[in-house]
Amino acid sequence: MSAVEDVVNEAPAVEAVPKRAMTLGYGTSLVVLALLILVPLGVKNFIIFQLTMLLIYGLAVLALNILTGGSGQFSLGQSAFYAVGAYTSAILMEHANMNYALTLPIAGIICFGFGFLFGQPALRLSGVYLALATFALATAMPQLLKLGFFEHWTGGVQGLVVTKPDAPFGLPMSQDMWLYYFTLAITIGIYIASVNLLRSRSGRAFMAIRDNEIAASAMGVDVALYKTLAFGVSAGITGVAGGLGAIAVQFVAPDGYTITLAISLFLGMVVGGVGWLPGSIIGSAFIIFVPNIAEGISKGLSGAVFGVLLFLVIFLVPHGARQVAIVAQQLIGKLKKN
Amino acid sequence: MISLPKPRIAALATAVVAFAVMSGSALAQKKYDTGASDTEIKIGNIMPYSGPASAYGVIGKTEEAYFKKINAEGGINGRKINFISYDDGYSPPKAVEQARKLVESDEVLVVFNPLGTPSNSAIQKYLNAKKVPQLFVATGATKWNDPKDFPWTMGWQPSYQSEARIYAKFLMKEKADAKIAIMYQNDDFGKDYLKGLKDGLGAKSSMIIAEESYETSEPTIDNHIVKLKATGANVFINISTPKFAAQAIKKIAEVDWKVMHIVSNVSASVGSVIKPAGFENAQGILSAAYAKDGADSQWDNDPGMKKFYAFLEKYYPEANKLDGSVVFGYGVAQTMVKVLEMSGDDLTRANVMKQAASLKDFAPDTLLPGVKINTSATDFAPIEQLQMQRFKGEKWELFGDIISGELSN
Repeated sequence: MSAVEDVVNEAPAVEAVPKRAMTLGYGTSLVVLALLILVPLGVKNFIIFQLTMLLIYGLAVLALNILTGGSGQFSLGQSAFYAVGAYTSAILMEHANMNYALTLPIAGIICFGFGFLFGQPALRLSGVYLALATFALATAMPQLLKLGFFEHWTGGVQGLVVTKPDAPFGLPMSQDMWLYYFTLAITIGIYIASVNLLRSRSGRAFMAIRDNEIAASAMGVDVALYKTLAFGVSAGITGVAGGLGAIAVQFVAPDGYTITLAISLFLGMVVGGVGWLPGSIIGSAFIIFVPNIAEGISKGLSGAVFGVLLFLVIFLVPHGARQVAIVAQQLIGKLKKN
Repeated sequence: MISLPKPRIAALATAVVAFAVMSGSALAQKKYDTGASDTEIKIGNIMPYSGPASAYGVIGKTEEAYFKKINAEGGINGRKINFISYDDGYSPPKAVEQARKLVESDEVLVVFNPLGTPSNSAIQKYLNAKKVPQLFVATGATKWNDPKDFPWTMGWQPSYQSEARIYAKFLMKEKADAKIAIMYQNDDFGKDYLKGLKDGLGAKSSMIIAEESYETSEPTIDNHIVKLKATGANVFINISTPKFAAQAIKKIAEVDWKVMHIVSNVSASVGSVIKPAGFENAQGILSAAYAKDGADSQWDNDPGMKKFYAFLEKYYPEANKLDGSVVFGYGVAQTMVKVLEMSGDDLTRANVMKQAASLKDFAPDTLLPGVKINTSATDFAPIEQLQMQRFKGEKWELFGDIISGELSN
């Protein structure tokens, strides 16, 4: 066997994550939750909008985390699922006059189906080859959305403008604040469900496949089923995030869902810590705020500054936010002992 | 129950009186909206400094340099311009984020010259709802001239449709026996052009004998050219972006297709299209222009261009004067300054919009002689005139009159 094949066939060495290390403790969770609920009360609508986008990208990163961190499959095609979710919501809202909240489960289901189907041929691929196949999906998606055949629904290159929902029941809050809490509720729901999924039988099957496919199948795990299932679940959650994104941005166009988005999400996952679900939100913060910081440092060289910052993060904390969290935990533990 | 409205009337009356008193005194004073003050005018802008369209980022840099020049010369009516420009990477969701940042966090008076049809489509509804002027957008789509539905959005450059109508007018006059073959890019740009061409030809649109569309993802468009040559057309209209336009010019020479070749203004750049395609292949090609070409020596002694070159030398020396984006950025920034000057001490968003809609025969330094900016409350399309030009030797030669492509409907 050649060296190249060795590298490709060898499962990526991800250290086994103990169940508890995958989430936050109850105390920390409550503090984070309280922060997420309280912060929007005192800031401008623009910041609330950014926080909403933070949660939405957080969801998309979480979805990728389940796929890569959970079942060990790479994907650079998340932008395609995100686009399908966004367009599903936008088309249902604008052409079928459907309530925005109802479009989200539909976006999720359609993307689940789409991801599950894509997972079938992807079964034959692993590692970098799978990453390339999903990359193809991400490159193809914006062009598919421009096809004249779909133009009646998608609006072609012009995209679709989406109406932003008002707060229901005459609640005295701005559209942005309502949308934030709406997104927060969905995010918390999906987060809890994802944690439970990874702790369940299926989750253990995902991780068994990630750690060693042959051993997993020897233990009776239906590798094909669980691999495609992981794709489906990941795509479904990404679809819901896409739908929320369409409502928050109020606009969908093919140019919004290019390969750049897929790479950003992948980056968010790595920065947040592969396989550590709470890291998703930190990864999402990285992909939203760091480009702005980079632009603040130098407009002409924003890309280069972003690259340097990214390099520093990967160099100093290769396991991302998870590593920082572990170090912090140890420090607190030491302080308590003293 | 009946007595309930009474206090409201009283309150209303008080408010009216109070308002009358206040506005009476305000008339004599300066009026400001968010983003303007005695010392400063904040102008927001969104540009693709990174990403697939980053070549256009030069426009934002030119504008920044131009406002620096205005500030160095004392500002506008004593107020300095604070130009805040953000990068959206040509991504509509990012453009929305940046537009909201400009309006809600930086509190700019106007959003000026944001670039790209998708990005502008994404922020149009938001800015109109907020009643923030979205002035002189950098895109040629026709939809920006819609004062009824979007009274806070205005274009600047000639729309693709008006340019296409000019070609239609030209063909009907000069080539009555035209058999037209069209190649267009399959997106909003190409389709807008095609519509303008058909509208312009009107009853004579049967002169179009072939249409071919291409995708930007295609590596080469050679096969389309060969196919169109086979139709026996004697006019070829080339609605493409620079890379493809250069390929087409080269291929037509290669297959020896003797045809009247019209290239859209988007791809009329000597530096990025004609030169790569080869001067010998481009002789006699037709196009239309509204701005002077920085690469063209015939403007070296033009007073407007002299001012432009002097500006580049002092405030933006690293600029490439062959780049059409620099000429564009200068012209559009000059229009913005003109509107702010006209607004005087009434720097409210409504007044800025009103002044932008009352430009009369304004001619920025970089526009062709005779091309003038005119707007009105029902006409939000500042530049609507172009002049035909023919490529000869190593430069474009203008000919004929300035033609208006004004959309009459």
